[in-house]
Amino acid sequence: MLTLSHYLILAAILFAIGIVGIFLNRKNLIVLLMSIELVLLAVNTNFVAFSRFMNDVDGQVFVFFILVVAAAEVAIGLAILVVLFRNLRTVHVDDLDQLKG
Amino acid sequence: MTLAEMQFILPDLRPAAAELFVLAMSCVILFVDIVVKDTRRTALFALTQLTLLGAAFVTWSGLSGEVSYTFSNTYVHDLLSDVLKLMLYLTVMVVLVYARPYVIARPLLGRGEFYSLTLFATLGMMVMISANHFLTIYLGLELLSLSLYAMVALDRDSPKAAEAAMKYLVLGALASGLLLYGMSMIYGAVGSLEIGEVAERINAGVANHTILVFGLVFLIAGLAFKLGLVPFHMWIPDVYHGAPTPVALLIGSAPKLAAFAIVIRMLGNGLIVLSHDWQLMLMLMAVLSIAIGNIAAIAQHNLKRMLAYSAISHMGFMVLALACGVVEGDPRYALNAYSSAMFYVVVYVLSTAGTFGMILLLARSGFEADSLEDYKGLNKRNPWYAAILMMLMFSMAGIPFFVGFFAKFSVLQSVVAAGYLWLAIFAVLMSLIGAFYYLRVVKLMYFDAPTDDTPIHTPFEVKALISVNGLAVAVLGIFPDLLMWFCLLAIRLSLAVLG
Repeated sequence: MLTLSHYLILAAILFAIGIVGIFLNRKNLIVLLMSIELVLLAVNTNFVAFSRFMNDVDGQVFVFFILVVAAAEVAIGLAILVVLFRNLRTVHVDDLDQLKG
Repeated sequence: MTLAEMQFILPDLRPAAAELFVLAMSCVILFVDIVVKDTRRTALFALTQLTLLGAAFVTWSGLSGEVSYTFSNTYVHDLLSDVLKLMLYLTVMVVLVYARPYVIARPLLGRGEFYSLTLFATLGMMVMISANHFLTIYLGLELLSLSLYAMVALDRDSPKAAEAAMKYLVLGALASGLLLYGMSMIYGAVGSLEIGEVAERINAGVANHTILVFGLVFLIAGLAFKLGLVPFHMWIPDVYHGAPTPVALLIGSAPKLAAFAIVIRMLGNGLIVLSHDWQLMLMLMAVLSIAIGNIAAIAQHNLKRMLAYSAISHMGFMVLALACGVVEGDPRYALNAYSSAMFYVVVYVLSTAGTFGMILLLARSGFEADSLEDYKGLNKRNPWYAAILMMLMFSMAGIPFFVGFFAKFSVLQSVVAAGYLWLAIFAVLMSLIGAFYYLRVVKLMYFDAPTDDTPIHTPFEVKALISVNGLAVAVLGIFPDLLMWFCLLAIRLSLAVLG
């Protein structure tokens, strides 16, 4: 039998993978965008699990909004990635080193 | 009422009239941009300013001390939202006037998108200011952030701007993720997403305290990211440095008002019962921000980067006041503490707008004026601009009788009243260190020989506005009472804990 805590643990693991992905990833910027998506999906899992176990639909409504906003965010993220690639000819995280001080 | 009980009857639209107006006008401006062929975009500029004026009129005519809710309690209209929104319109109007000559000189920036994205960002901030539900807070925040990400990358041929936009996007999205994770945990502990309801249920003792505090930690981390508090401040210097100056001006000014609003509504209204837990976190971050912001700013050679570190330390100061509202469960000092935080943020926005305005004013085609070297001997080139920048620097440093002094003073008063004398002493010492880098700018302007003798050409309206802005900092320093009174009133009439 799956209980609420199973879902919460799953969400926490997804969230942790997402966060670690953002901080440890030194290679590809697209992986960063994927990690962000993972963080948001972890949040969605949380909301749906709570919503289901509390019999309160608000959390699921929230999930729809998060999904829509995440889609818009990725659209802008990829657009910025294209701009970045046209300027720098690279999508490596380590090459983003012009702003320092 | 929960979202599920929402019925499809027309909600009361009056509390959100200004938002609806701005939304409609943003769409009109998007359309006008297709039709009008003018490269200077004069029509769009005028329409944007008229939209902000119109919104100010709508907000002003709805001004009242009463609290009203709409859209199934997700949206609130009270004096706090009115005062902050009026400040917001004013700030954005000033930003647009300062930005105008700069964007005309740079064809990539001066497109219609600059104006429509500014308005969408303004709309997002208005939603944040009036949000009474975690969902509206999130939507307002994202509307603001997504517009700003795009605006940072607007100068698409600049590698610096592209890098800044990418960093801003990744860290901003991470902050939203942390904030949302915190919200989901609080939702799980409390069973509601509406701020007033959250406060009631925590008071009634139905919430699971462990989950609640667990969620609170993530919520605070997310908010700290958005405010730019140490240790979540890494993005601020890079974004201020890399973004085109008008966009940096926009990012550095108006959003602080909206961020203040969501912090005060979530923590001061919804989670006030947990003040013992969040005050400690805020205090720790405030201390670190004031220290690291002020010390790191000394090492900067770029004025925009220096202002970024100064922003970090100023936000630390503001949060310091928020962390001193409730002493041992007694919200006696909350009114003074929160209104001094509000006063601080309003004053900070005013002086930041002026300082970035000065960078924009000295910049010309192919020259950014963002290095400290560029300010050498400004007094010889134009004594009046040097005097204005000096007043702004004095105010930011907190030198008496400029308004920044009173802002710092009222924050310190509430810190001492809450019994944290050592914190106040620490903050004063750090401000003294901070005064060094502000005064260095003054020294460069007055005692060094100019390296650049190009005459400064400024349109009349920019010259007039920056003079008013600089003088406001001095005049408000002599008469701070009226603004302080507004802040006190707005906080008192809008926070449930004080009612």
